[in-house]
Amino acid sequence: MSTATAPGSLPRYIVQRLLLIIPMVWFILTLVFLLMRVAPGDPVSASVGGRLPEAALDQRREALGLNDPLIQQYWDYLSGVLTLDFGNTITDNTPITQIVKENGGATLTLTISAMLLALVVGLPLGLIAGRYRDTPADGGIRIFGIVTYAAPVFYTGLLVQLLFLNVFSGWPLLGQSTPITEFTVETRTHILLLDAIIAGDGDAVIDVLKHLMLPAVTLGLLICGIFIRLTRVNVLQTLQADYVEAARARGIPERRVVRSHAFRNAMVPVVTIIGLQVALLLSGAVLTEKTFAWPGLGNQLITYIDQRDYAAVQGIITLFAVVVVLISILIDIVIALIDPRVRY
Amino acid sequence: MSTTGQDVLSVRDLRVWYGTERGAARAVDGVSFDLRPGEILGLVGESGCGKTTLGRGLLGLLPRGAFVDGDVTFKGKPMPAVASKEYRALRGAELGMIFQEPMTRLNPLMRISEHFEETVRAHHPGVSRERVRHAALEVLRVMGIPPTRYRSYPHEFSGGMRQRLTIALALVLRPAFIVADEPTTALDVLVEAQIIKILADLRREFDTSLLLITHNLGIVSEACDRVAVMYAGRIVEIGDARQVFRSPQHPYTQELLRSTISLSTTGLSFIPGSPPDLVDPPAGCRFHPRCPHAMRVCATQAPVPLEVAGGQRVECWLHGPESQVPPGGGEPLHVREELSVADEA
Ligand SMILES: Nc1ncnc2c1ncn2[C@@H]1O[C@H](COP(=O)(O)OP(=O)(O)O)[C@@H](O)[C@H]1O
Ligand code: SF4
Ligand SMILES: [Mg+2]
Repeated sequence: MSTATAPGSLPRYIVQRLLLIIPMVWFILTLVFLLMRVAPGDPVSASVGGRLPEAALDQRREALGLNDPLIQQYWDYLSGVLTLDFGNTITDNTPITQIVKENGGATLTLTISAMLLALVVGLPLGLIAGRYRDTPADGGIRIFGIVTYAAPVFYTGLLVQLLFLNVFSGWPLLGQSTPITEFTVETRTHILLLDAIIAGDGDAVIDVLKHLMLPAVTLGLLICGIFIRLTRVNVLQTLQADYVEAARARGIPERRVVRSHAFRNAMVPVVTIIGLQVALLLSGAVLTEKTFAWPGLGNQLITYIDQRDYAAVQGIITLFAVVVVLISILIDIVIALIDPRVRY
Repeated sequence: MSTTGQDVLSVRDLRVWYGTERGAARAVDGVSFDLRPGEILGLVGESGCGKTTLGRGLLGLLPRGAFVDGDVTFKGKPMPAVASKEYRALRGAELGMIFQEPMTRLNPLMRISEHFEETVRAHHPGVSRERVRHAALEVLRVMGIPPTRYRSYPHEFSGGMRQRLTIALALVLRPAFIVADEPTTALDVLVEAQIIKILADLRREFDTSLLLITHNLGIVSEACDRVAVMYAGRIVEIGDARQVFRSPQHPYTQELLRSTISLSTTGLSFIPGSPPDLVDPPAGCRFHPRCPHAMRVCATQAPVPLEVAGGQRVECWLHGPESQVPPGGGEPLHVREELSVADEA
């Protein structure tokens, strides 16, 4: 027998995955570090050169450790990240952690709602398209999927803004809230939506949701296209699977065959892909935030890139990369929970 | 033909055609036979002769667009319309199917127990888990699967065990008729013997009739009561298995038996050529391009089914009826035969 299901193999698998975080994060940190150093010129003169006297520049270099040997810088960077110290920006000498604290909430709100939207729209559409293959519904859904995936975020964003400008004039097109909301809602979690809910301020919640809708739709559509395509392909495959035919041969009603054999099994690869989509989600978030002046990390990232602030860019990118790693490991574990074959 | 009253299954002039770009592929083209309770009928023939199509046709498991015609009577009642709810209700409860590839026939995300629960509840909604378990463990015991494995996942079983699992699943509701389509082809020889023994013993425990599709004549002689030989969509010979093996009456059966026996004796002997294109089959007897005894009449007129000695039924002009052979029709069809052999070279 091919069985080797030792008791507790699932916990062991989970521990293995969790341990894998260490080399993966280390690898990514090294990559980010090297990429940042490959760029020509030194970061300080690139960002604030010409605006500060030479002595001040040198002082900045010294403070950033740029005069240290490379290996020392590498060590400082790694140990800094370990203690959750991502360094300070060059331009305004702000701790990256503070930027993350102040702007991370907005990015989190945007990405999670976009992901939820993409799932809620993409999965059912993909299932329908796969189930009713080659019907007009399938055709329409496929075109929708291709267009939303292929359209650049800037373009979709602009289109959505124009639409709302003309049809629902007065609908907020930029920012995360009106200034009033920002002033009245007490900051607790740095996630404005959550703070507004905690404060029990219904008007503020509605205000944030209204602001959130357009960027979330824009980013959600981008990811949604992938979910549609992927779900559809997997449903087509599972509908052809031998076990689906075998289930029919046992007289299982067609609705149940489709639901608990075809759809359920098609979800396994889709969940795997959700993990891979996080990278796309974050890069899409950068562009979406820019388009909608959404006060998140992506917006900050673009600002700092414009200012050629290597330290800030390095810090934010590191954070993004670590998030991607963590989520992909999390997805591995989720897959192991739904697919018994994984536990070896 | 035997009396229909006591038969589980009675098939008359069944046709199953597939639509292809070139026209209809007549995979099953006028098949008739009867099956008694507990009887095992072997179905043999080269691949591409329509065996699988016949088996699936009987269960109503054909791809969309397949054309089905003919009369099938099951337990004395006509079979319901193909896509109907009634047909669905029969599948699993009264009609079962065992497939060729056991490795892929169980849903990898579902426990064995869930397969049983789903199957039983599809036909008896609301049955308790405990009762399903009871029924399942009973069949699993006959299949030699220990009760401790009831909640395992499919990937935890070997190929042979998975095939026994699918057999158990097919049997849990005690269907009256099961199609087993080459159930051992994907398994190794030792496991094959095991599975065949289980199938041959089915009637003792379950009183199930079986259509056992195989290209292995050894399996037929071991497990089957009767055998049907299929060629190009038709049953060309059918009869008691031992009788047919002892004195095959149709040239195709003779060639089929010769090619198997010689495998163990002289080595290479095979039927020259291959089964015909079912979109555009040869006129007359479909075997005539490959038949060593082909006569003129064979190339133009289809032979009629005839009952010969010992209850065998054969479709071949060699057995008459003389009255229907036109003058000169009995002349050998030499030229044709040499040509087709040369084609193969
Ligand atoms: N889904 C299908 N569509 C079109 N032709 C088919 C299909 N399935 C089988 N056929 C054709 O029907 C004929 C009989 O096939 P099959 O029943 O699988 O034979 P066997 O089981 O004896 O090998 C073959 O010529 C095959 O190409
Ligand atoms: S009918 Fe003619 S061709 Fe066909 S099997 Fe008999 S002898 Fe051969
Ligand atoms: Mg077959």
